Amino acid sequence: MKVAELKNTGLQTEGFQNGDWNNTINVRDFVYKNITPYHGTQDFLIGPSERTQKLWDVCKAETKIERANNGVHSVDTDIVSGIASFDAGYIDKENETIVGLQTDGLLKRAMKPFGGYKVVQKALEEIGLKPANAVNELFSKYVKTHNDGVFDAYNAEIRKFRSLGFLTGLPDNYARGRIIGDYRRIALYGINSLIDAKKQDLAHIKGPMTDAVIRLREEVSEQIKALKDMILMGNAYGLDLSRPAQNAQEAVQWTYMAYLAAVKEQDGAAMSLGNVSTFLDIYIQRDLDNEVIGEIEAQEYIDQFVMKLRMVRHLRMSAYDEIFAGDPTWVTEAIGGMFKDGRTKVTKTAFRFLHTLYNLGPSPEPNITVLWSPSLPENFRKYCAKVAIDTSSIQFENDDLMRELRGSDDYGIACCVSYQEIGKQIQFFGARTNLAKTLLLAVNAGRCEITGKQMVKGIEQDNDEYLDFDKVMANFKLAMTEVARVYNDSMNIIHYMHDKYYYEKGQMALIDTNPAINIAYGIAGLSIVADSLSAIKYAKVKPIRNEDGLTVSFEIEGEFPKYGNDDDRVDIFAHNAVEDFNNELKKLAVYKNAEPTMSVLTITSNVVYGKKTGATPDGRDAGVPFAPGANPMHGRDTNGAVASLNSVAKIDYKDSQDGVSNTFSIVPKSLGATDTERIDNLVATLTGYFAHGAQHLNVNVLDKDTLLDAMEHPENHPQLTIRVSGYAVNFIRLTREQQMEVISRSFHESM
Amino acid sequence: MVVFLQGCKLRCQYCHNPDTIDTQGGTAYTIEDLVKRALRMKSYFGNNGGVTVSGGEPLLQAKSLIPFFKRLKEEGIHTNIDTNGRLLNHPTTELLDHYADLVMLDIKHMNEAGFQKLAGAKNKETTFNFAKYREASGKKMWLRYVLIPGITNTPELLHQLGTYFKDYKTIEKIELQPYHKLGVHKWEALGWEYELKDARENTQEEIDTAVKILSSYFKEVKAN
Repeated sequence: MKVAELKNTGLQTEGFQNGDWNNTINVRDFVYKNITPYHGTQDFLIGPSERTQKLWDVCKAETKIERANNGVHSVDTDIVSGIASFDAGYIDKENETIVGLQTDGLLKRAMKPFGGYKVVQKALEEIGLKPANAVNELFSKYVKTHNDGVFDAYNAEIRKFRSLGFLTGLPDNYARGRIIGDYRRIALYGINSLIDAKKQDLAHIKGPMTDAVIRLREEVSEQIKALKDMILMGNAYGLDLSRPAQNAQEAVQWTYMAYLAAVKEQDGAAMSLGNVSTFLDIYIQRDLDNEVIGEIEAQEYIDQFVMKLRMVRHLRMSAYDEIFAGDPTWVTEAIGGMFKDGRTKVTKTAFRFLHTLYNLGPSPEPNITVLWSPSLPENFRKYCAKVAIDTSSIQFENDDLMRELRGSDDYGIACCVSYQEIGKQIQFFGARTNLAKTLLLAVNAGRCEITGKQMVKGIEQDNDEYLDFDKVMANFKLAMTEVARVYNDSMNIIHYMHDKYYYEKGQMALIDTNPAINIAYGIAGLSIVADSLSAIKYAKVKPIRNEDGLTVSFEIEGEFPKYGNDDDRVDIFAHNAVEDFNNELKKLAVYKNAEPTMSVLTITSNVVYGKKTGATPDGRDAGVPFAPGANPMHGRDTNGAVASLNSVAKIDYKDSQDGVSNTFSIVPKSLGATDTERIDNLVATLTGYFAHGAQHLNVNVLDKDTLLDAMEHPENHPQLTIRVSGYAVNFIRLTREQQMEVISRSFHESM
Repeated sequence: MVVFLQGCKLRCQYCHNPDTIDTQGGTAYTIEDLVKRALRMKSYFGNNGGVTVSGGEPLLQAKSLIPFFKRLKEEGIHTNIDTNGRLLNHPTTELLDHYADLVMLDIKHMNEAGFQKLAGAKNKETTFNFAKYREASGKKMWLRYVLIPGITNTPELLHQLGTYFKDYKTIEKIELQPYHKLGVHKWEALGWEYELKDARENTQEEIDTAVKILSSYFKEVKAN
């Protein structure tokens, strides 16, 4: 679907370079033509304004109440959340330059029952509440939800794979998230223009009226309604979002309102922001140039915007915490990167965003992701390293790799680590499959190693005393084929139903009418698979079986190379497992012709996955957590940080285009003796890692002692932030078990 | 990347790698294997990184270091020797003149008696001759100096150190290593007596004083 021509309604062009963006919806062109790249240092940055500090004090006090109240401040049980369903809400109106809350109160959560009403009921019940009678009447009798639809269509096989832990974290009882609206569009064009453009699109969606055409017509009509709701939402705050933003404050405000509409309507696991900093900088720079504002205002807009993003909340039931610990929202904002023409996208506002981590203190949200390239301005690279060292709050991704392979230089990061072209592309979130458990099918005749249930047919019972590598490998491939098939079946059902019952009309209204779609599959347990195959090949592995013939443990005789030491003999198994499983997924047909991509990413599900998985041939005991993401198993990467990084870098991004997550923790002193040395060394580490073709790195620069102290004295560490797998968490909001798992990870003491 | 070579003729009382002293220990690596490892790390080196050989005393294996460093130079990798400078024979000078981009020279003590007590062997000017040789070649050098309270950190010794080297043009900086006891357990594991048992670690004030004194002689003084 071509983007429709714009009927201009008050497009702001004064002080801007004109281009294609004047005639069609093309924010990238606006940014490309009007950016002021910044190569200087951070010296221009200033502290928080008095107003900002006052607001943040309120936020801190209220989040303290939230923590004391088992993590939930308050919930509105009367109103079903939608774009325009709540009255305006404020933190402290007179000090707010950027306004807007999800509900009418700070940290007050809202019911979004279209994903699954039972989930909402459960979440409320856990804190002693229940939905208002009118809501209950509606949703228990008349309204069908995404979750209802999914379970109507699931078959016995999918249910079995799901309940036994082969597939986990499926978005079948909560919103899928992962879609990034182009929130900049409202600021640049105003909603009236966007409505006109969508109406033109709708007029061009013509018969024959096949399923796909009917569905798209209905979807675009929904989008138009959502846009109209956004105008109403703005009106509640006295804002006229129907027209374009006219200055920097409005640009930030309008962009935030667009995002706010998304998090009022949807509670997807990950609700990324995109890459707004470069865009906003254009308005800020114009106002600075015209001396309409000064740096104090510029930083204040960003501080207050970021503060609002930090206050985003969704109503979750406690079971959700097993997979997504610490109440994350994934307001992921991608910062930096390069244009295809070699210019940098770094602006002063990129610095201002990072600087919020000082002005407001460290924080997991927004999930700030630096798009790294050795071509980024040197001062910016050093500042990013400094922020990472000081706050452990940011992550890094390989911009050169993604830009070149995926094709756009206007992309954001969906969820944790995944490339998504802004306004042109969406993702269907696919959770992940347990590859370690899949490997166990290969040595248990296709049966679940814990329950003995037959999962996969065609794998013979193995009665050899020692595992035979070739036999295990052949059976593993067979198991992967079958697991991939069931996984794909479940995904197709989930996304069909999500579109039907919980369509993201607000976000999709800010995306081209027929976007490209990736279906984002994932795997967990990669290092277990690699080490297990290595043990079977290079040592002798004797399975110990119970009377039912199921493996209960493995005895390993001899040494074997372990993933995480830059040793090709074992790293190849990690590489190949990713390639093989990805190829299996690619063979299968997907709903809406989405293109499959895959990630090696676990969030915090590595703990729950470990629980659901029996002993593995690498010597891991039953129930022990997996390593997160693509990380080597804790304590097995003994050759230093670089060797560990090099192993992960061997996983080919081409086979795992949804992302390869690596979480790297190093103690400050091994990074260098002085601040300058630490900064230089972290810059060199990032440059070195990405030069090997790696895609993602979470950076923690922390001593374990700090974490141990935070476990004992959480009150002293209210903002202690740590990167886990593709996101960051407030450490003291993790469960004790999750805290212990984080502490058990490798903290490199040598490069 | 640091390669710790096995074997040293000294037995410094504060040695934090006593397990590398015995010339019979260690694991044999081929030069190509080490080069391969260095290449895997090359992208991480940044502006200041490269390969450092330390030990033990790397110059005891100077003959093998020549082809190793030669290969590293071919690959564009910066080379560095961390040495006590007590060898100045033919392979050593060839290594210094053609293959070692940087020398980090450990000055243990400014007077002979102090050196002998600390390092368990005679110095007889060899370290100073080594420094002179490097200076004459015009190639860059750093000094390293372990600060031990009461043994090497007296103002007198520090001034002596500064005065001796102040006119050296090849010295880019001096790194001070405040004495610490992290290596003691290794001595115990080896069944050796740790003679510096009674020494204590530096106070911050002592470190600051040493830095201040040396700053009047050297372009850059860094306390690790």
